[in-house]
Amino acid sequence: MKKSRKNPELATTRSRLDLKRRDFFTLLGGGIAIYLSSRNPSELLALPLIRQREVPKDFNAFLTIYEDGTVICHVGKIEMGQGPITSLPQQVADELDVSIESIKMVMGDTSTCSYDAGTWGSLTTREYSHYLRAACAEARAVLIQLAAEHLNITPSNAKVKEGVVFDANNPEKKISYGWLTKGQRIERTADEKPEVKDHTAFHYVGQSMLHADGRLKVTGEAVYTADVPMPGRVYAKVLRPHSHQVELKSVDYSEAEKIEGVEVVRDGELIAVLHELPDMAERALATIRAEYTTDQKEVDDKTVFDYLLNAPADSSEVASSGNLDEGKLLADHLFESEYYDGYKAHAPIEPHTAMAKWEGDKVTVWASAQSPFGAQDQIARELEMELEDVRVISPFLGGGFGGKIYHPQVMEVVKIAKLAQKPVLLAYTREEEFFKDYFRPAAVVKIRSGVTKNGKITLWDFEQYFAGNRGSDTIYDVPNTLTTGYGEKRGSPVHPFPTGAWRAPANNTNTFARESQIDMMAARVGMDPVEFRLHNLADKKMIAVIEALAEKFGYTPAKGPSGRGIGMACGTDAGTWVAVMIEVKVDQETGEVQPIRAAVSQDLGMCVNPQGIIVQAEGCVTMGMGYALSEDIEFKGGDVISSNFDNYQLPLFSWVPEVIDNVILDRQDQPPQGGGEPAIICMGGALANAIYDACGARLFQMPMTPERVLKGINKA
Amino acid sequence: MKKLIRFNLNGKETEITIDPTLTLMWVLRDQFGLTGTKYGCGIGVCGACTILVDNEAIRSCTYQVSDVMDRKVVTIEGLSSNGELHPVQKAFMEKDALQCGYCTPGMIMNATGLLLANPEPTRQEVIEGMEDNLCRCGAHIRIIEAIQSAGHEMKKGN
Repeated sequence: MKKSRKNPELATTRSRLDLKRRDFFTLLGGGIAIYLSSRNPSELLALPLIRQREVPKDFNAFLTIYEDGTVICHVGKIEMGQGPITSLPQQVADELDVSIESIKMVMGDTSTCSYDAGTWGSLTTREYSHYLRAACAEARAVLIQLAAEHLNITPSNAKVKEGVVFDANNPEKKISYGWLTKGQRIERTADEKPEVKDHTAFHYVGQSMLHADGRLKVTGEAVYTADVPMPGRVYAKVLRPHSHQVELKSVDYSEAEKIEGVEVVRDGELIAVLHELPDMAERALATIRAEYTTDQKEVDDKTVFDYLLNAPADSSEVASSGNLDEGKLLADHLFESEYYDGYKAHAPIEPHTAMAKWEGDKVTVWASAQSPFGAQDQIARELEMELEDVRVISPFLGGGFGGKIYHPQVMEVVKIAKLAQKPVLLAYTREEEFFKDYFRPAAVVKIRSGVTKNGKITLWDFEQYFAGNRGSDTIYDVPNTLTTGYGEKRGSPVHPFPTGAWRAPANNTNTFARESQIDMMAARVGMDPVEFRLHNLADKKMIAVIEALAEKFGYTPAKGPSGRGIGMACGTDAGTWVAVMIEVKVDQETGEVQPIRAAVSQDLGMCVNPQGIIVQAEGCVTMGMGYALSEDIEFKGGDVISSNFDNYQLPLFSWVPEVIDNVILDRQDQPPQGGGEPAIICMGGALANAIYDACGARLFQMPMTPERVLKGINKA
Repeated sequence: MKKLIRFNLNGKETEITIDPTLTLMWVLRDQFGLTGTKYGCGIGVCGACTILVDNEAIRSCTYQVSDVMDRKVVTIEGLSSNGELHPVQKAFMEKDALQCGYCTPGMIMNATGLLLANPEPTRQEVIEGMEDNLCRCGAHIRIIEAIQSAGHEMKKGN
C-alpha cells in the first residue's frame, strides 16, 4: 500500500503531463482546481488525456473542485433529452457527499471532458455511471485523507456532509472540500480503493427530480448548435442530388456567384453556397444547375419486402434449442407468418447542424452529434490532423434517437469552413434532414410456430431479414427453437440509402413480429393473451413485470378478440424487462385507431431518477405510436420522397392516450439498466394486438395505417 | 432593396433596415440574437418557430419580416418579465413537460396564444389548439397538463 504524502500543499512533478493538464485547466476557465492524481500517473503520461479512447478510471478526468465548493463534473456524454444532466449529478452528489446544487455539468466537449464513445444504447446509467461513481468514491476518500491530516484526526473518525469534512467526535472541527483546494494543486491517491456506496446510503439516487435543464429550456436560453454566437459566421447551403443512387455529371454555379455577398466553395462533389443570410444562401443555391446520372436502383416502398427477401444476405444462427421437427410433431396448431416494417426517419425536431471555425491548423466544431469524440476522430483521420488540433463540442441536442450517431454535416462543414477561411454554420433544412438521415432499416420477419391445444408453445422458428438481431430472442420457454438473422453481405449494400440505429435498434421490428405471433396463437387456443404469455414464460423477471402491468391496468382476462381493444406486448431491451398494455378504439368505417389509455411496467434494476424513467416511458409510448401507426418513408430507388412533416406523419396531440400509467419494480439493490429505449419496443406489438382485440383484424405490416386496418377488417 | 421595418419587439419599439422579403424567423435569430425561436421544418408545419404577433400565435418561418411592420412581436425571450417566469413557462417546468427542449419555446408560445384566446380551455380544446405543434420526444401528455394548469393559474392571478 502506498503511503500518502504528508504535505498536500506541495506541488509535485513537472512533466509533459503537467503541460497537458495546464492546457486542460486553461480551457476550463478561472478558479482553483483540486487536482488529484491517478493511481498510476505513468499510464497517463503515455497517453495524454485528449488521446484517451477509453472511459478513464482516473477521477481527475471527471472532477474539478473549486475553492467556493463548486464541483465541475465533465463528462463526454451529451444531453439530447434523456436526462443525464439530471441523473449523473444525483450519483455524483451521493458518492462525493456534496449538495446537488453545488454540481455543474460540463458535457460533450472533447477538450475538457473525459472520453466517451457516444451517448447511445441506454448506456449512460447502466455502464458509464459505474466509472463516474467509482471516480467520485475515490475522490471522496482522498479528500477525507487530506482533511484528516489537516484536522489532525484519523480518517475513520471523519464524516462528510455537503462537502464539509468534520470530526465525528467534535463536529466543530471541520474543513470544506473547497478549502482543501486552497491555492494549490494537489496530487494524491487513495490508500485503498474505496467501494461505491450501497443503495441504502443514497440520498439523491432514487429520488424523483425534475429536468435540471428545465429553466434553460422554457426560457429559450438553452444553447443548441445553431444558437452558438459567432461573429463573422456565414451560412452554408449544400448542393444535394435528388437521389442517393446518382452521380454529378455537370454543374454550373455561375449565376449563384453573381449574387452580391455570395461565395461558392467546392471540394469535389461537395459544393456549397455561402452567405451571411440563410435566405440569400438558399436563393443562390436555387440558381445552380446540376445534371446527374440516372437512378438505376429498382426498388420502392411497395416492392421493398420482396426485394429484401431476395437480396444477397449473410445468415447467422443467433440461438437454437431442441429440434424443430419434433416441435412440429408436438403441435396441434401450426402458424406461418411474415411481418413487414418500412423505413423510418429519426426526425428529431432539431435537424443535423454543425459550425466550424478554423484558427491556423486547428479547428473547433460545434455539432449536434451524439458522439463528439467520434466526430473528432473522423475529422483527424480524414484530414490527417492531430487529435489535439481538433476540438468538437456538442451543446444541447434537439433530439437524437440514434440519428445523430451519424454526423455527415460535421465533415461537410469542416471542409467548407477550411475553404472559406471563416466560421461556417451548416444547419440542415428539414428536406436535407430526411435525405441525409440514416433510416431505421426496412425489414421482414418470418415466424413458424406451433402450439398444443392446451396452449404450450412447442415450436419457434424465427428469421429476421435486415432488421438486426437485437430483440430477436425467443423470451418464451419453448423447447424447440431456432433464431436466424439475415444481414447485409460485406461489400454488397442492400438498402438504397444509409440506414442505422433507431431508438432500440431492431428490437421494435422483432418485438412487433414476436408479440403478434404470440397473440395469434393465444387466440387460436382460446386463451386470454396475458394468461397465455404467463403460461409460456419461465423468466421470473418477465412474469413479475407482466403481473404488475396487468394489475396496474386493472386487466381482467378474456380471450381475443374481446371487442375491448386491449393489447399487450413484452420483451427485453438494454438490460431492462418491459411490458406495455394499451387500449384503443378502432373506427370500423375509417380504420382509424385512437389510443385511449396505456400502462408501462419495467424492471430496470436500480432506479436513479424515477421521474426521469416515467418521462422516458411516456415518450416511448408516444413516439412509438408513430412507427406503429403512421410513419413510413416513401421512396423510389435512391430518391427519398418523404421530405418534410407534411408527408411524413409524426404522432400528434390528439393521438396521445389520456392516461399513461407506470410501474417501476423496486429493484434498488440491483445494478441499474437502460431507461431511454426499452418501452418503445412494445408499441408495435401492443397496438397490433389491441387492434385485433378491438375488431378481429390481424395486421402484419407497420405502419398500421387506416387503409391497412380497413383491409384487415374486411378480411376478418 | 432594403427597407426600414418598424415594429414592437418584446415590449421595445424596434427598427431595422433590411431586405423586407427575408424570413422573419431568421431575422429574429440572426439580427436580434433571439435564438429561442427555432427552425424545425421551414414550411409552418411543426411549430418550433412559433411566436406571438399581436397576441396571436404564428409560424415565423412562413412570415416575411415586412409582415410585422407596426405590429407587436413577442418571442420566448420576451415572455418572462424581470426574471419572473410566465405562468406557462412555470407550468412546463413544474410538470416536466419537455425532454430535449427544442420544440419547447414554440410549444410555450403557441400555448400562450391559445390561453390568450381561451383562458380556460378544456382538455379537448388544448389538444385541438396544440395539434399542429410537433414534439418528437413525446412530452405531449405533460404539455397538455401544463397548459391546463397554467390556465388555472392565470385565471387565479386575474
